[in-house]
Amino acid sequence: MKKTTFFSLFILIGTMLVLSACSDKPSKPKTLKLNGAGATFPYVIYSKWFDVYHKKTGIEFNYQSIGSGGGVRQVIAGTVDFGASDAPMKDSELKQVKDKLGKEIIHIPTVMGAVVVAYNLKSVGNGLKLTPGILSDIYLGKIKKWNNSKIKSVNKDKKLPNEKITVVHRSDGSGTTNIFTDYLTKVSSNWKEKVGVGKSVDWPVGLGGKGNEGVAGLVKQLDGTIGYVELAYAVQNKLNYAILQNKAGYFVKASFNSVSAAAEGSLATLPYDLRVSITNADGKDSYPISGFTWLLVYNKMENKQKKEALVNFLNWALTKGETYAEGLYYAPLPEKVIELSKKKIALIK
Amino acid sequence: MEEYNSTKYKWRIRKSNIAVMFAVLSALLVLIPLFLILFYTVQQGISSINWDFFTQMPKPVGETGGGMANALVGSAILVLLGSALGIPVGVMSGIYLSEESDSFLPKSIRFLVEVLNGTPSIVIGIVAYITFVVPMKSFSALSGGIALGIIMIPLITRTTEEMVRLVPSTVREASFGLGIPKWKTTLHVILPAAMKGMLTGIILSIARAAGETAPLLFTALGNRFWSTNLDQPIASITVFIYDYAKAPFDDWNRQAWAASLVLIVFVTTLNVIFKIISRKRK
Amino acid sequence: MVLKKLFSKTEEKFFHSNTLQNNERHLGDYIFHNVTRLFAFFVLGLMLVMFLELFIESLPSINKFGLSFITSSEWNPVKDKYGALPFIFGTVYSSILALMIALPLSIGVAVFLTEVAPTWLEQPVSILVELLAAIPSIVYGLFGIFVLAPFLKNVVEPFLQTHFGFLPFFKGSFYGFGMLSAALILSIMILPIITSISRDVMKAIPDSLREGAYALGATKWETIKIVLISSRSGVLGATLLGFGRAIGETMAVTMVIGNRPEISLSLFDAGHTMASVLANEFTEATSSLYVSSLMEIGLLFFLITIIINSIARLIVNNVTKKYGKIA
Repeated sequence: MKKTTFFSLFILIGTMLVLSACSDKPSKPKTLKLNGAGATFPYVIYSKWFDVYHKKTGIEFNYQSIGSGGGVRQVIAGTVDFGASDAPMKDSELKQVKDKLGKEIIHIPTVMGAVVVAYNLKSVGNGLKLTPGILSDIYLGKIKKWNNSKIKSVNKDKKLPNEKITVVHRSDGSGTTNIFTDYLTKVSSNWKEKVGVGKSVDWPVGLGGKGNEGVAGLVKQLDGTIGYVELAYAVQNKLNYAILQNKAGYFVKASFNSVSAAAEGSLATLPYDLRVSITNADGKDSYPISGFTWLLVYNKMENKQKKEALVNFLNWALTKGETYAEGLYYAPLPEKVIELSKKKIALIK
Repeated sequence: MEEYNSTKYKWRIRKSNIAVMFAVLSALLVLIPLFLILFYTVQQGISSINWDFFTQMPKPVGETGGGMANALVGSAILVLLGSALGIPVGVMSGIYLSEESDSFLPKSIRFLVEVLNGTPSIVIGIVAYITFVVPMKSFSALSGGIALGIIMIPLITRTTEEMVRLVPSTVREASFGLGIPKWKTTLHVILPAAMKGMLTGIILSIARAAGETAPLLFTALGNRFWSTNLDQPIASITVFIYDYAKAPFDDWNRQAWAASLVLIVFVTTLNVIFKIISRKRK
Repeated sequence: MVLKKLFSKTEEKFFHSNTLQNNERHLGDYIFHNVTRLFAFFVLGLMLVMFLELFIESLPSINKFGLSFITSSEWNPVKDKYGALPFIFGTVYSSILALMIALPLSIGVAVFLTEVAPTWLEQPVSILVELLAAIPSIVYGLFGIFVLAPFLKNVVEPFLQTHFGFLPFFKGSFYGFGMLSAALILSIMILPIITSISRDVMKAIPDSLREGAYALGATKWETIKIVLISSRSGVLGATLLGFGRAIGETMAVTMVIGNRPEISLSLFDAGHTMASVLANEFTEATSSLYVSSLMEIGLLFFLITIIINSIARLIVNNVTKKYGKIA
């Protein structure tokens, strides 16, 4: 009797060992490993980049999408080799890095994206139009039903159901939220007063989902929902997303052309440190909720091997990497921004 | 005889039947979620279980297939690290508690062990983050393992104490009678005798640690690549499930179910082993 | 067998080398005893360190907000103002709801196991119930997201609203994710612990009591009532342990509760618990006051679970003294 119990234990431990031995083959001696964490907004393209770059060079960039807030926090704490965020770091945060680690943070834009307002309404299907006023009223909880007269007035061809609007937002600190609330703050004084802009805000209404994937998941699952997600997530999930009215008054659908148009509109005012918001941009083709996403890197790195790997990767990403962007529904950076970014990369020591 | 047929008696009988019915019904009702969970996990997960699932690495978004070899090994490493901390501390403090008389100190330690058992694992994760991740400037397998180890301690301490106490005092006395010192008696006579019972505690605590997610979120973090380095972030089955469950990609959801299936099979197996061992003891 | 041989070998070695001096022997005992004591103190130190670290980290928030931290319901990272009331409410409310569902069922199952079920059924049923406790939290969460929440949204919640919509508990729009799904998942998770302790307590009630009741002409239910009354303190302890477990539960709740800091009686509304806010926001928080506030939530959370578990343990330990080892 005793024998059988011990025997089964040995078998269990044995299989575990065999299993781990079996799958031991992917490990190579002395692979260089860099850890990064942050934004979920660019997760799709980053995971593609890191996968391709790993196959090419054998260097592992482990990227965990824990949210832009998390990316900034971990960069401040120095627990990662690089961070990522869709919201530029604040001056106070940059100061914290300087005080704690004696380093500076360089913002490297990687791609641009659009935050789309995804919705799930079976009776409407594709092509719902929204104005900035309607959108902010929905998120303020003032418009509660889909057949509200304001929504009707811009969607005369649609059958809007007498259904409650379920608002979905992010529950975690997020750059996507930052871009979205930055936009709402620019277009609605009411929003500016009551809520404001931030990576996480005090939402007047709605359900929280964790990550772009969490919000997309909720919208996908529940009828009558509306939620903001990054374009790639909406497309991957076959979610419908609204056509938004931009600053010039035109209704524009999110696409990399309309995002690039928004960037073109802001190029003239691009600051030296590349921290800039391009929401609610001028121009009749500009998609209004667009933004850069940045990798946050230190200006000084102790490990020279890691430094070299990171610099090489960044240069690769800004040239070769950009070609993957459109296929994954990100807008590639304009030439001028790439140029400026490369100058920044040269500052890493 | 008349009295037995009175309405009052009938009512009493009826009430009794209702109560018994309620008991039977609640037993049935409780088993429904268990079967539902097992059913869905198998139904949703089985299609993604294949050899690749155990031996391949995760694929980037948009490419189907791939596996969770790194998460399996990561979980094994984390649990091993946890055991390296939890088993010695648990066993030793269990021995201490069993040999002390009921004075204030051992009593309060015993109580603290119980309290530690009820401490939410996420709090332990936060403490591990402050203590190890921030000073070491890196998320790491080590910090995750330590968090798991702390979670394992109470169960092991408690079972060790109980099992050592169960060894008949005659055994102890016989050993003393042969002139063997107390510590050798404990190590070489008492512990082997209590070994099987202690194993059950260790098995249960391993099952518990393997299923923990919350403390790993801030410590082991996660890793899309192969990693066995203790000072680097490491993947684990549970965090893998969490990430893949939230994702809006059907293929990832399926893999989350598959990983759950693997986890459930593993945990249930350990529990069944526990049941077999502990029943034989009785 | 292998192990047994190993042990006998080492034993032999020590039997043969058994020519130690008396004082050496005492030295060995002394060292061994103190080594085990050291490990036991490790647990003590651990608890102290955990408490101190959380306390130190939450000092900025304690200094800034003081008592208002637990009375304010504003949780606003933009304005850097933090109040933990919604999380405390969410934690307590979801756990109480879970208890309201789980307690009658657990007692029912315990009665079934001890008083009703034939002996051959007793073992398998209790093993199955305990299996519920073995399923990892994350799997419950997965089940909650993909099975329970859609089911609640499409079937249960519309039904409750049309028939009981006048009650404050069933008002507002429903999403599937929210207090109700969290409470249901929690109730399943705490059922096994309440059941198994209650069962052990009821089993420990001497049969003479039951026989006496039957002899007086009591029906089955009346006998059960007597058993229930005599085991009430044990059941109370079990309930509190279940409550403690529900409060500390993290992953499953985080995945289904909707994650919104709101104080609402409605079971349909989304909520947030102390555990879920930590899981959601801890790695993300950037401003130091934000981090510190989360630490204070961690500290409060730690203290609450300590208090509840302590009371529960005291009760269960008292019962144990009366009836022998229970759980």
